[in-house]
Amino acid sequence: MADRAQQIGLNWASPLAGFLPGFLAAGFLVLLSLGTLAVVAMNADGLGGLGAADLAAVQFTISQALVSAVISVVLAVPVARALARRQFVGRRLLIVLLGAPFILPVIVAVLGLLAVYGRAGILSDLLVWLGFQRLNIYGFSGVVLAHVFFNLPLATRLILQGWQSIPAEHFRLAAQLSMRPRDVMRYLEWPMLRAILPGAFATIFLLCVTSFAVALTLGGGPKATTVEVAIYQAFRFDFNLGKAASLALAQFGICAIAALMAWRLAAPARFGQGLDLRVQRWDCAAAHQIVFDFCILAAVALFLLAPLAMVTVEGALGLPELPAAVLPAIWRSLWVAVGSALLTLALALALAQAVAGLTGRNDRQAGLLEAVGYLSIAASPMVIGTGLFLFLFPLVDPVALALPITALVNAAMALPFALRSLIPAMRDVHQNFGQLADSLGMSGWHRFRLVIWPRIRPAAGFSTGLAAALSMGDLGVVALFADADTATLPLLLYRLMGSYQMAAASAVGLILVALSLALFWGFDRGGRAYAMS
Amino acid sequence: MLCLEKITIKQGDFHLSANWSVAAGQKLAIIGPSGGGKSTLLSTIAGFVVPQSGRLRVEGQDVTATAPGARPVSLLFQDHNLFPHLSVAQNVGLGLRPDLKLNQAERDAVQSGLERVGLTGMSGRYPAALSGGQRQRVALARALLRRKPVLMLDEPFAALGPALKAEMLDLVDEITRDTGATLLMVTHDPEDAKRIADVTSLVSGGVAAVPVDTAELFANPPEMLRAYIGS
Repeated sequence: MADRAQQIGLNWASPLAGFLPGFLAAGFLVLLSLGTLAVVAMNADGLGGLGAADLAAVQFTISQALVSAVISVVLAVPVARALARRQFVGRRLLIVLLGAPFILPVIVAVLGLLAVYGRAGILSDLLVWLGFQRLNIYGFSGVVLAHVFFNLPLATRLILQGWQSIPAEHFRLAAQLSMRPRDVMRYLEWPMLRAILPGAFATIFLLCVTSFAVALTLGGGPKATTVEVAIYQAFRFDFNLGKAASLALAQFGICAIAALMAWRLAAPARFGQGLDLRVQRWDCAAAHQIVFDFCILAAVALFLLAPLAMVTVEGALGLPELPAAVLPAIWRSLWVAVGSALLTLALALALAQAVAGLTGRNDRQAGLLEAVGYLSIAASPMVIGTGLFLFLFPLVDPVALALPITALVNAAMALPFALRSLIPAMRDVHQNFGQLADSLGMSGWHRFRLVIWPRIRPAAGFSTGLAAALSMGDLGVVALFADADTATLPLLLYRLMGSYQMAAASAVGLILVALSLALFWGFDRGGRAYAMS
Repeated sequence: MLCLEKITIKQGDFHLSANWSVAAGQKLAIIGPSGGGKSTLLSTIAGFVVPQSGRLRVEGQDVTATAPGARPVSLLFQDHNLFPHLSVAQNVGLGLRPDLKLNQAERDAVQSGLERVGLTGMSGRYPAALSGGQRQRVALARALLRRKPVLMLDEPFAALGPALKAEMLDLVDEITRDTGATLLMVTHDPEDAKRIADVTSLVSGGVAAVPVDTAELFANPPEMLRAYIGS
């Protein structure tokens, strides 16, 4: 390979300088994730310093992630199958809805889930009316419920991609051979599922292990605390930095194992890629199959829509209760979101440019850079936050830097998702137009302005919008650092919930959702406007 | 004058050697089986593939280590010759200035280039609104404006119907006559070679053969060419 790389490899028009930003971005990311880990390790009391409660947190972290991932994946199979084999009005809309939880602020979803399944929720009201007891979802069940709410749609999309990767000809062949549904399952669908499911499971397991806001709000007491939350508590309530650091090390270990598992098993997922293809089928026309499919689709739609509807209704009703603190929080959140999204874009552009440019010239370097870009999917924001705090504490007041640090960490967290759409877009430009641009002597800024940017703009807009929405709704590092004067919207919402001002909390939630969606929509639209195919 | 002095190219198992020259203004067809290295030869001359050994000279100047954009050659690919997000005029204008900052004289030159290839009034259109033949005309207009001493075609007309292809080849013939450029044209169709090429090189079995007179070559084909055309 190296031999061939040398053959094609001299970088004429795009000399090494073109890749320098990519290497700088990679260095920065390594420093942010591994550098902070080193600081943490130096300050840790050692894993022996962990008590019984901490070990319980480790156990809870793993068991809730296992159960959440299994339920999400198992339920997603029939949902994806129904979407793959049925055509109906609103199918597209349902697929869009499956993408919504991704940019929905976690804390708002929790609010919605509580409004449906909580003690004062509509389901509890219904149960009381029927003569049963009210539900209590705090603890294990609540954490799992919220994780399934977020990850069932993700699993469905991943598995749906698998279904649509089965060529239409195979289903025609199955029809010609008069295969029964059972045979279609055995020969066409099961091999695909066997390839897709482990990766989907591992990805979701990883997401549930690092999830913070769900466990913070729905976990209950010492028996239902994840390691991420335990770090936060050691930090915030006990100010026991050594213990926080020990927990951070444990969390890193769990994440590293989960990430390794996901990396070995996961099929690369891409967003919005032709999920509305339709394949005609001849093996699923039986009435009971049709009824089953539509029942499960209706159930999923209800499961996703009910909390969203409740947030909207209760939020609208609570608008008069809005506290004065909401306006400054809105401004802070917008600054953090936009700043962090632009940082994500800059990092992603630098990395994608280097990865695409090095592909075929130096595949090893390209692979390494790409891996570094995805590093933060396994990094825990709390570990990074702890490391940054320990590093900054002797130098400056970390609280004063709460918002820049939040923007920075959020940018790193959104990067893997940005790269997932930017790297393929950048590769397309290099493959299709690289030689033409070289032969016309286009290089540097003009090459970027005239060739690269116009072609990747839709992917860049989508990525930036995603990053902005994720940062807007993030309740993570900000909880570690910020005080009342530097609270963002999600933190304000969390505090309102903590003091049982649910009407005000719902109103803030509604504003938060609206702003997150508006940011995503604005950037995504901006990227696609006037785009030439 | 284009000189390939003991050029050898090696990519994994693939290898190709060439040791010949073409006089300025001559038209050379490069013919041979697919996978034989016709396109690789053009890519080497254009600077996308680095030869393992040998020298490449254009008009006496050694360009073996020159960057693609600085080489005195224009290359038309089979497709992706135009940037789809730039207008016809912008695509042509890139031949004059790679940063597209054109002055009035250069803009006029773009218009007359488009006129020359029969695309008057199309300058504001985008490639998606053009037919396949029209797109390659835009690329030809750009090559015309670049006025490089060597014009190379890597089967840019392969997807066109026979009549349209003949028309395009005639246009290429006229343009190279106007500019005095040397033409190198990859093709898999002997008729293309017979139509405009003075000389033809057969690329097969790891060797790009010394070009010989096209009419003579086809009148008296060597064994390898007979195997290729199947006569």
